[in-house]
Amino acid sequence: MSVDRRKFLKAAAVTGAAVAAAPAAVEARERRVPPPDAKGMLYDATKCIGCKTCVVACKQANNMPIDDREMGDGLYDAPTDLNSRTKNVIKLYREGERISYMKAQCMHCVDPSCINACMMGSLKKREYGVVTWHGERCTGCRYCGIACPYGVPKYEYEKAWPKVVKCELCAEREGKPFQPACCEVCPREAVIAGNYTDLLAEAKRRLAANPDRYEPKVFGETDGGGTQVLYLSAAGVPFDKLGLPDLGPEPVPQLQQVIQHGIYQGAVIPVALLAVFAGAVWRSHRQQGEGKGGQS
Amino acid sequence: MDTIERSATREPGQSVDRRQFMQVCAMAAAAVGLPHSAAVKWAEAAALGLKPSVIWLHFQECTGCTESLLRTSHPAIGELILDLISLDYCETLFAAAGHQAEDALKAAMTTNAGKYVCVVEGAIPTRDNGIYCQIGGRTAIDILKEVADQAAAVIAIGSCASWGGIPSADPNPTGAKGAPQILEGKTVVTIPGCPANPYNLLGTVLQFVTFGTLPALDDKNRPKFAYGRVIHEDCPRRPHFDAGRFALQYGDEGHRNGHCLYRLGCKGPATHANCSLQHFGEVPGAWPIGTGHPCIGCTEQAMLWRVPMHSTVEISRPTPPDTYPPIHAEHRAISPGAAGVAGLVAGAAIGAGLMAAKKFVGEGTEEKKEG
Amino acid sequence: MSSHATPAPLGGKIWTPFFQFLAGVFAVSVILMIWRFVAGLGAVTGLSDAYPWGIWIAFDVVIGTALGCGGYAMALLVYIFNRGQYHPLVRPAVLTSALGYTMAAIAINIDVGRTPYIYKIPFMPHWWNLNSVLLEVALCVMAYVAVLWFELAPALFETWRKGSSSFFRWLADTFDPIIRKLMIPILAIGVLLPTMHQSSLGALMMLAGNKLHGLWQSPLLPLLFLISCIGMGYAVVVFEAHLSSRAFRRPSEAPMLARLGVVTGWITVAYLAIRLGDLVVRGKLGLAFQPSFQALAFWVEIALFAGAAFLMLTPARRGRAMTQFNAAVMIILAGSLYRIDTYLTGYNPGDNWSYFPALPEILITLGILALEIMAYLYIVKRYPILAGGSSTAPARA
Repeated sequence: MSVDRRKFLKAAAVTGAAVAAAPAAVEARERRVPPPDAKGMLYDATKCIGCKTCVVACKQANNMPIDDREMGDGLYDAPTDLNSRTKNVIKLYREGERISYMKAQCMHCVDPSCINACMMGSLKKREYGVVTWHGERCTGCRYCGIACPYGVPKYEYEKAWPKVVKCELCAEREGKPFQPACCEVCPREAVIAGNYTDLLAEAKRRLAANPDRYEPKVFGETDGGGTQVLYLSAAGVPFDKLGLPDLGPEPVPQLQQVIQHGIYQGAVIPVALLAVFAGAVWRSHRQQGEGKGGQS
Repeated sequence: MDTIERSATREPGQSVDRRQFMQVCAMAAAAVGLPHSAAVKWAEAAALGLKPSVIWLHFQECTGCTESLLRTSHPAIGELILDLISLDYCETLFAAAGHQAEDALKAAMTTNAGKYVCVVEGAIPTRDNGIYCQIGGRTAIDILKEVADQAAAVIAIGSCASWGGIPSADPNPTGAKGAPQILEGKTVVTIPGCPANPYNLLGTVLQFVTFGTLPALDDKNRPKFAYGRVIHEDCPRRPHFDAGRFALQYGDEGHRNGHCLYRLGCKGPATHANCSLQHFGEVPGAWPIGTGHPCIGCTEQAMLWRVPMHSTVEISRPTPPDTYPPIHAEHRAISPGAAGVAGLVAGAAIGAGLMAAKKFVGEGTEEKKEG
Repeated sequence: MSSHATPAPLGGKIWTPFFQFLAGVFAVSVILMIWRFVAGLGAVTGLSDAYPWGIWIAFDVVIGTALGCGGYAMALLVYIFNRGQYHPLVRPAVLTSALGYTMAAIAINIDVGRTPYIYKIPFMPHWWNLNSVLLEVALCVMAYVAVLWFELAPALFETWRKGSSSFFRWLADTFDPIIRKLMIPILAIGVLLPTMHQSSLGALMMLAGNKLHGLWQSPLLPLLFLISCIGMGYAVVVFEAHLSSRAFRRPSEAPMLARLGVVTGWITVAYLAIRLGDLVVRGKLGLAFQPSFQALAFWVEIALFAGAAFLMLTPARRGRAMTQFNAAVMIILAGSLYRIDTYLTGYNPGDNWSYFPALPEILITLGILALEIMAYLYIVKRYPILAGGSSTAPARA
């Protein structure tokens, strides 16, 4: 009985030590920053008029099929959300008198949760920090869909050979790579593309110049570790009302990575455990008198 | 026909007031989207007496296209045929007839060989060697081929000349075809419509006679400036379509409020034309949809006389409607069959568990002693 | 010292009415599986953009492998903690584990959207994303399935060696000595791998961030998953031991299982302490008192675990077969509910989404389950898995 307990406590201590080591590993995971030539977009909800030209342009630039599943008859392209046929959508927030449009697409995070999740690296952070998906490695496990806090990666459940569908900042746009079509066609420049540093500066300039017009924050500056697509919202419309969750400044994958790497760093603990287990098995085989290596 | 009589009495050498003439040219250029330099060129050419020759052929037609041309004012038909072009053969407008007319045609062809513009109106019958349309004993096929042979440009005006039009409607007893099908291998500009919008013709002809170039053409040789988009794209009633406001019957409230006519069979989404921008008769709003009748697709061979007037067409590239999804749209769905089976399975599992537990009751007392 | 009866095939008819019923369920599911590959996941499941993972992951894989931790739990006890008297329970546990993990592997192949690309995982290490917890789970599970069948192989070889097929005799003669020589590393790896991936199955959902309800989202998810899976492993062993005692009319092993119950009971207590302590420390216990479906599910979990611990640790009760069986069922349910809650019930991708498995999705799960049970029945009847003869009380208290 006492041997039992001792062993159990020993094992518990090992695990506990691993868990305790985790906080020490917190600082060990370096903070990711946008690449120096990072591109992004700035969406100013106060300038958007909800014309949806960006939705049309995105569909055409990306050769996306129409989504008429909810408003049938083939009359309209009416996605209600990002989905396997829609990489960019305009939504409406309305509460009483307050109205704001919201453009939803991939946020191109600085420390993307989806890339962290993907087993075989099908999702990559490419030139300019743009996050793109590549099918030759994807098994279709959809962990990226679980990981993304904005619910961006969508899946072609209706196909036998499905793809992951999400905005890729027009990385593969014919003749104009990395020039987002949505930003080109916006009649009010509510969404603009450009250098991330410039866009962030511009966003801050707008906040400083017109503080009464905006919520006092640039969403994406630090949220979830930062995103390369930045948002400005109208005063009185907090970002969570627009569907942008309050993530805090920690990158989304931080905690999981810290714990996981804390346990597996350098394979030290697994190898140590293996040695302990091998030793214990060997001893039990000897003690249980099964000289031939035992009946299992 | 004041203007015609006036021209008949005009003495050779009598010049038109230059300023008035420039005004006409400028307005004409502007109306058909040509630059001001075109107007200057016309004025210069006219001053030199060098007016480009136009030969206008009529075949299986109702003359509607000519009639619609008569109703322009920028330029008016008078200015057009007297000052800007030399209409050397036109059966509708000719005072002459019979052999005189035929001689005029031959003379024009000889004098301006290789330089004249041939405008074709009406379809060309092909069955039985084309005997169903003969002028002066010659079939339309022969006339067209002969005239087109020496033409600098051939322009087919109207749906009949472009692809066969109404004579080609089922069962097409005369084997009517459009000019491009007769003149295979030649570039024939087509200006379909029933009737065609006269400004589309004017723009094309005037560009050609001024600059020697034809406007950019699409795969059916229609000028892109007029036929590059479908009616649906430029329709003033489009906001009603986007908002889902339709007229469902003639005279109902939607119809009286000017709502979209899509559900009444409007072929706008499938019809390439500029009727919604350039109305007819120079009366704003004088175009089919503007008067409350759905577009019948009169420029399109696939539509006119083939798809019933009140059947709806497919939208080839739908765009978003005038509604917005909320930030969190409703997406719930549970299939009753699945819920039923899940309930059954859960019930069976619980039942089996209870049964298995009951089986142990008998053992319970024995085990107690051992344990 | 260990004193155990020799395992032997149970014999008896394979094609019983129950077996036929299972075969029917499996046959239906095969048709649906083919349909899934022809028509895509959407045609067959209730999965959606907001719920990329459904019962095939939460139940077939996560719960399925946790229930397949019998082999792991027994190996810990018998080979790490050197409790040889539990030896007779090892082989059936390993069989159940091998079948459970194989069932999970089948479910994964059906669940992923691009099944042929799964082969790229073990064969293209230059593409591995070492930050991906799911990669670690995938590799570990693939390896562990193999290890389990290696652990089970000697039992199969025993029969093949005496059998009529020369091919199988050759297999047995060739590989039995090799596996026996490697048995120590195989067993050691077989204890390491589940430790790794069962905890990682918990770590997976950490990436869901705030989409996972505060009652389940925790930095201790890996630890809690690991502890509960060990508990579930023992519970499955107890459950299966009693069930096969009754079903095959073999003597009960209740006395031995009572001791096992004590171990399981303390593990459950540890789990509850850590679970509740974690909620208190992170200030999330208040969520358990909100009138929500999630709060209800949480309390059911706790009640089942606590009730089971009580049953297993009360000396007066724990000797009774029915008590042990009930306690085992409660732990299995509690651990399964914990996993369903972590992966589905507690997962909220947005207020207006919901998930319920579609009918074909449920039937495919049942079909794979039926296959597992059929395989179990066949193997215990034809191969020496279950120990015959009477059980004896453990050597010391």
